[in-house]
Amino acid sequence: MDELKKISNTLRKDIVKMLNEASSGHPGGSLSACEIVTTLFFDEMNIDPKNPNMENRDRFVLSKGHAAPVLYAALAEKGYFQKEELMKLRKTGAMLQGHPDMKGTPGVDMSTGSLGQGLSSANGMALSFKLDKKDSRVYVLLGDGELQEGMVWEAAMFSAHNKLDNLTAFIDHNGLQIDGENKEVMNVEPLNKKFEAFGWNVIKIDGHDFKEIKNAIKESKKTKDKPTVVIAKTVKGKGVSYMEDKAGWHGKAPSDEETEKALKELGGEL
Amino acid sequence: MTMKATRDAYGEALKELAKENENVVVFDADLSKSTRTAKFKEVCPERFINVGIAEQNLIGTAAGLSTTGKIPFASTFAMFASGRAFEIIRNSVAYPKLNVKIAATHAGITVGEDGASHQSVEDISLMRSIPNMTVLNPADFFEAKKAVFKAAEYKGPVYIRLGRGKVPRIYNEDYNFEIGKGDLLKEGKDVTIIATGMMVSKALEAREKLLKEGIEARVINIHTIKPIDKDIIIKAAKETKAIVTAEEHSIIGGLGSAVTEVVSENAPIKVKRVGIKDVFGESGKADELIEKYGLTADNLTKEVKEVLK
Repeated sequence: MDELKKISNTLRKDIVKMLNEASSGHPGGSLSACEIVTTLFFDEMNIDPKNPNMENRDRFVLSKGHAAPVLYAALAEKGYFQKEELMKLRKTGAMLQGHPDMKGTPGVDMSTGSLGQGLSSANGMALSFKLDKKDSRVYVLLGDGELQEGMVWEAAMFSAHNKLDNLTAFIDHNGLQIDGENKEVMNVEPLNKKFEAFGWNVIKIDGHDFKEIKNAIKESKKTKDKPTVVIAKTVKGKGVSYMEDKAGWHGKAPSDEETEKALKELGGEL
Repeated sequence: MTMKATRDAYGEALKELAKENENVVVFDADLSKSTRTAKFKEVCPERFINVGIAEQNLIGTAAGLSTTGKIPFASTFAMFASGRAFEIIRNSVAYPKLNVKIAATHAGITVGEDGASHQSVEDISLMRSIPNMTVLNPADFFEAKKAVFKAAEYKGPVYIRLGRGKVPRIYNEDYNFEIGKGDLLKEGKDVTIIATGMMVSKALEAREKLLKEGIEARVINIHTIKPIDKDIIIKAAKETKAIVTAEEHSIIGGLGSAVTEVVSENAPIKVKRVGIKDVFGESGKADELIEKYGLTADNLTKEVKEVLK
């Protein structure tokens, strides 16, 4: 567990550094998903950075594609590509695009960025594994604001209807979106009741608690005939004091000074 | 003359693909009887998936499935495939160049009685504007069948435009269909009619009428709107006096635009576009709408004579 905590802290430092270098991007929703992404990539998923296209690997779809920095930090840390690439994020000609590009970045299983589409993609993958009776699992990470997209609910109906129990969806429930709080912009609650009504197995956890994340995954793997959604309560901008719980840090890069402060808090160097 | 719908060719091709290619998975959005994907379901229910009335999810799910090596065919009416799901096609299919086949039926005004809400006259325009997308618009039953088989072999996104109504036979079983190659149906030195889809048979009819008036029209079938066969168009522009395009689609952004782009950049001559003139359709019998919106051999003949004046 300490190991995972160390890794998630490294991801946080990389996120802050790469966004500072890129001078644009989305820190808030990247930082809130660090523990979830860390657990999946470093504790759970059957993947191989030396063989990114391994046929029987588990899949990960970052439906909230703007949180690309946390995915890139995890992929680099895992060894899919050199860490130097992180510092070229969003720059012309770089491998790391502003939002995930599966054709250009090893380890990215689906191109995303336009919100609302990732659960459908994940369904397609999970369906394929069911058709072929394969054991691979599919993990998809959605934002809570993203749930305002109607297509998510088309897909949610599909996962349950087709009994995709090889699918686990995480909702990074930090409560904030660009224009403010979900509950003010467009209320998404009650999330648990919505997903239950759609036929899903629902688990609510603290999205920064490794033990709870691991237990939720364990339970989702044991659940038969139903997809599982893990509603993970998180803090947007988690780990950087001045970003925490601030909608304003959804899509803004930290300045040099702010970066220094953030890295100091995270125990790293500039 | 045998009359058969291109959507029926799709159903038959899928039935054969069910046996030949175990990677083919067919998706529909509650229109399987109309799109003819039900033919696939009859022989291969385990690889037929109905997503319900949810076209965005139709395309998104097909996209995800294709990443695992399967070949999804996703079907609904052209209006909803190209319109409702446009952004999913662009971002989840074409951008990552995924191997998804979108077979869209009931294209154009020949949908008939359902009216303008269901008559897609913009789909070619929408689909051809997306990078990585291949756009096929077969002219008859046999061409449609070949197009479906070729699409299944091709690696990458393909949009196949299919019609509801029955259209005359132009080709036979041994027709050699190649994606990206136009088909020179009739030689001619005076003028060229470049047609696509159901307008190809009208173009052949128009040619007969023009011959009686001493005008020899070349007739070219462009079944692949993208990538378009530039060579055959440039050759026609150099060897004949004018070009008339014919399509059951808006004159904005479709075959007429595609041909004009090639001609104006390579061998400028006059191009007249016959199609839907930037208006919505309406309810009515398909034949009557074809008449009313000028998609007839007579109108084509008139436009050819006009352009030669």
